Amino acid sequence: MQLDAKVPEGPVEEKWDNHRFNLKLVNPNNKRRFSILVVGTGLAGASAAASLGELGYDVTVLTYHDSPRRAHSIAAQGGINAAKNYRNDGDSIYRLFHDTVKGGDYRSREANVYRLAQVSNAIIDQATAQGVPFAREYGGLLDNRSFGGAQVSRTFYARGQTGQQLLLGAYQAMMRQVHAGTVSLHNRIEVLDVVIHDGRARGVIARDLLTGEILRYSAHAVVLATGGYSNAFFLSTNAKMCNATAIWRAHRKGALMANPCFTQIHPTCLPQSDETQSKLTLMSESLRNDGRVWVPQSHDEDRHPDDIPESERDYYLERMYPAFGNLVPRDIASRAAKRMIDENRGVGPLKNGVYLDFADAIARLGTDRVAERYGNLFDIYQRITGEDPYKVPMRIYPAPHYTMGGLWVDYNLETTIPSLYAIGEANFSDHGANRLGASALMQGLADGYFVLPYTIGDGLAPRLGEQPLPTDHEAFEEAAAQVRGRIEGLLAVNGSRTVDWFHRQLGRILWDHCGMSRNQPGLEKAITEIKALREEFYTDVNVTGQNEDYNQALEKAGRVQDFFELGELMCRDALYREESCGGHFREEHQTDDGEALRDDDRFAHVAAWGWNGHGEEPSLTVEPLQFEHVTIATRSYK
Amino acid sequence: MDLTLRIWRQPHHDAPGDFVRYQVTDVPREASFLEMLDLLNEQLMARNEEPVVFESDCREGICGTCGVMIDGRPHGPWQNTATCQLHMRAYRDGDEITVEPWRAAGFPVIKDLAVDRSAFDRIIEAGGYISTPTGAAPDANMIPVDKATADRAFEAAACIGCGACVAACPNGAAQLFAGAKVAQLNMLPQGQPERYQRATEVVDTMEAFFGSCTNHGECQAACPKDISVDVIAWLNRDYRKAKLSGARAS
Ligand SMILES: Cc1cc2nc3c(=O)[nH]c(=O)nc-3n(C[C@H](O)[C@H](O)[C@H](O)COP(=O)(O)OP(=O)(O)OC[C@H]3O[C@@H](n4cnc5c(N)ncnc54)[C@H](O)[C@@H]3O)c2cc1C
Ligand code: FES
Repeated sequence: MQLDAKVPEGPVEEKWDNHRFNLKLVNPNNKRRFSILVVGTGLAGASAAASLGELGYDVTVLTYHDSPRRAHSIAAQGGINAAKNYRNDGDSIYRLFHDTVKGGDYRSREANVYRLAQVSNAIIDQATAQGVPFAREYGGLLDNRSFGGAQVSRTFYARGQTGQQLLLGAYQAMMRQVHAGTVSLHNRIEVLDVVIHDGRARGVIARDLLTGEILRYSAHAVVLATGGYSNAFFLSTNAKMCNATAIWRAHRKGALMANPCFTQIHPTCLPQSDETQSKLTLMSESLRNDGRVWVPQSHDEDRHPDDIPESERDYYLERMYPAFGNLVPRDIASRAAKRMIDENRGVGPLKNGVYLDFADAIARLGTDRVAERYGNLFDIYQRITGEDPYKVPMRIYPAPHYTMGGLWVDYNLETTIPSLYAIGEANFSDHGANRLGASALMQGLADGYFVLPYTIGDGLAPRLGEQPLPTDHEAFEEAAAQVRGRIEGLLAVNGSRTVDWFHRQLGRILWDHCGMSRNQPGLEKAITEIKALREEFYTDVNVTGQNEDYNQALEKAGRVQDFFELGELMCRDALYREESCGGHFREEHQTDDGEALRDDDRFAHVAAWGWNGHGEEPSLTVEPLQFEHVTIATRSYK
Repeated sequence: MDLTLRIWRQPHHDAPGDFVRYQVTDVPREASFLEMLDLLNEQLMARNEEPVVFESDCREGICGTCGVMIDGRPHGPWQNTATCQLHMRAYRDGDEITVEPWRAAGFPVIKDLAVDRSAFDRIIEAGGYISTPTGAAPDANMIPVDKATADRAFEAAACIGCGACVAACPNGAAQLFAGAKVAQLNMLPQGQPERYQRATEVVDTMEAFFGSCTNHGECQAACPKDISVDVIAWLNRDYRKAKLSGARAS
């Protein structure tokens, strides 16, 4: 298979403008003749649905949530980047582009990233006009802060609830279209397969989560805005229901999966406290603006942090990376924390954390100012741990957080299956091997508000007059029968272990061998273990209840089934990529002082995997990456 | 710790429900309340019994999915804390805890502890937005907002749509939820053009699903985000003005 990324000709600054001019348009009166299915109502899905509805398309939105407002995007805390340069500190579209390519360790597509930086400013305008209450300065203008991986202040924020406020803005815009009748919204519906006919996406098969009814939706185009797959690890910062089923089922139907091993481990999360832990809570990275990260110099330290004098503390980020200090990119901060714990310098009852200390910030700024910036985060911390971060340093540790990998898409955000689009975290997108903080919200909203609404028309325009496939067509019959068969299979096992038990085991394997640090024997072991665990799942899982009911065990079972296959592919991709880049650290490829060693000659490309059937080796297709504007160099934050 | 739980079990909306007593054992003190319910479900499934249906997603107090009555209080004993943020430090070995769904006419029970809150979406759909088609926005700094107003708007906007306010209200009214959205949008300069129409549409839709407010104030006490009843005053004032000036839901 050849991958055509459809990157337009011309200088990078002009590509998007030229492309928009060259895209075919759908006449306003004809838009309602085209039906578009949007799966997901996070930032990407809600913004796309709102914008497509406004344009006049006949939009149907599906979400497994009980309300579109609950999508995982709601939990994003820290902020959203844009190249407004309101601070006059030297920011520009070009710099945001440059930082993002560099931050991604030169594994993203330049043209996409440039476009992302270009539309970033319009997102802030859009959200502000919707009434999103961004933080403001006393003069009434918008405030900014800096975020990891950048030396300018370009992050817009709404206290620690930026995702919530942006999502509510997009949700409200979408609900306005529901009111206007251009968007039809279906809650509590889980998409379980994509229907393909003549090589084109024609619709989806879904399950009504309350009644178990298997539903069929037909449309001219299908948009997957279904989020990331960090929950493959079981313990992650993602919401409990986040899962990979929609993208994985699309993958099994022929959509290539790009760079699945590129996962981001976020450096500032709460360490696990006990065996029942169901998720890990993120403490926004913005905390690193004012908090200082340290561990005791001595091993197996048992003193209270207050009793450890300055001279016996190791502010290791400031020591190792003086230029960026506590603000180094996430992958670097995470690996450094792991090294400290591996050296037995971890803190807390389980010795599984490092300190994030605000004592200096409180002395410099005062408690009130610190509370204004981080109050809600401190409250969250205190509720969970029972400790007061105004008095005792926070304990943090890295946790799976974001997945840069995802469905391969071209410049139009179309997957390798025609008429199937992927937006937001669901695609492999713009972040290369590492995403910079505050750039996921930017990308999700860029895709939904300002990219997809243009590019989707190009695919639709030539199909005027074509009817969507009838839902009793054999392609629908077949896909629905497969979905039903899978559900019956899960209910029939009647084994002895719960779904969560299997999910925890899988998560442990992935975390140990395909987490912050990876090596060949470990990855090979993981692949063998995942296969064995999957076999055990098929003979010993216990899914209680029946299909025709609100059955949460059954929902989870289907999701975990897909995580097994995806988890294996993550390991295979990690094994294949014999270099260290961004979030992917292969121990065999590091410098003498433990920094990542890229291999641009062999791996300056996107690895896109194709499904060949259960138990078969996946096939690999490569999209070479060219760097014409950003000089490819060793990333250094020293 | 070991606990006794009295949990509301109801197979579906039209079936009668009842409290069932369960023992849950070996609950770690560090666990969250929902992790304790996870553990109960694991223990039930190990005995081949049907797990208790309860809803949650973010488990960080921001998505608004969770929410149950715990010993008669929405979200349980901790102030300004969603159920998912309540931790078992709040309990002692041997305690008995009663858990039941939100009880309100506007929120029909679906199964066990899960209720249908889609009436909230209907309220937003009716007018809980500022009409800004994508692409039509001016530069963000063209619309200065003084910091005090921006902060107050933020505080109203912090609502997570969990429904605790409705569950706490003796009348099952949704004024705090509706007021929070209307106050946020109506105090911002961007929200002025649709201000009175918004108030009318939101209130009229709200009244179709929920009871009337008689100023008990239980809603604010139950709100995990501490949204102030002041937003209800906003809502009422703008609604009255709208009615006086004849702005009507179209
Ligand atoms: C705790 C946390 C904090 C973060 N903070 C930041 C930040 O400060 N800045 C930043 O830029 N990024 C941040 N991120 C990352 C960012 O929030 C996400 O990458 C982004 O919100 C993803 O948006 P999305 O629209 O792609 O997907 P999501 O918001 O995950 O939405 C997915 C949607 O798809 C639906 N769905 C999925 N599968 C199916 C299916 N099979 N059938 C039906 N519906 C389905 C869901 O119901 C949901 O509506 C954070 C992430 C986390 C976990
Ligand atoms: S689960 Fe999201 S608020 Fe509790």
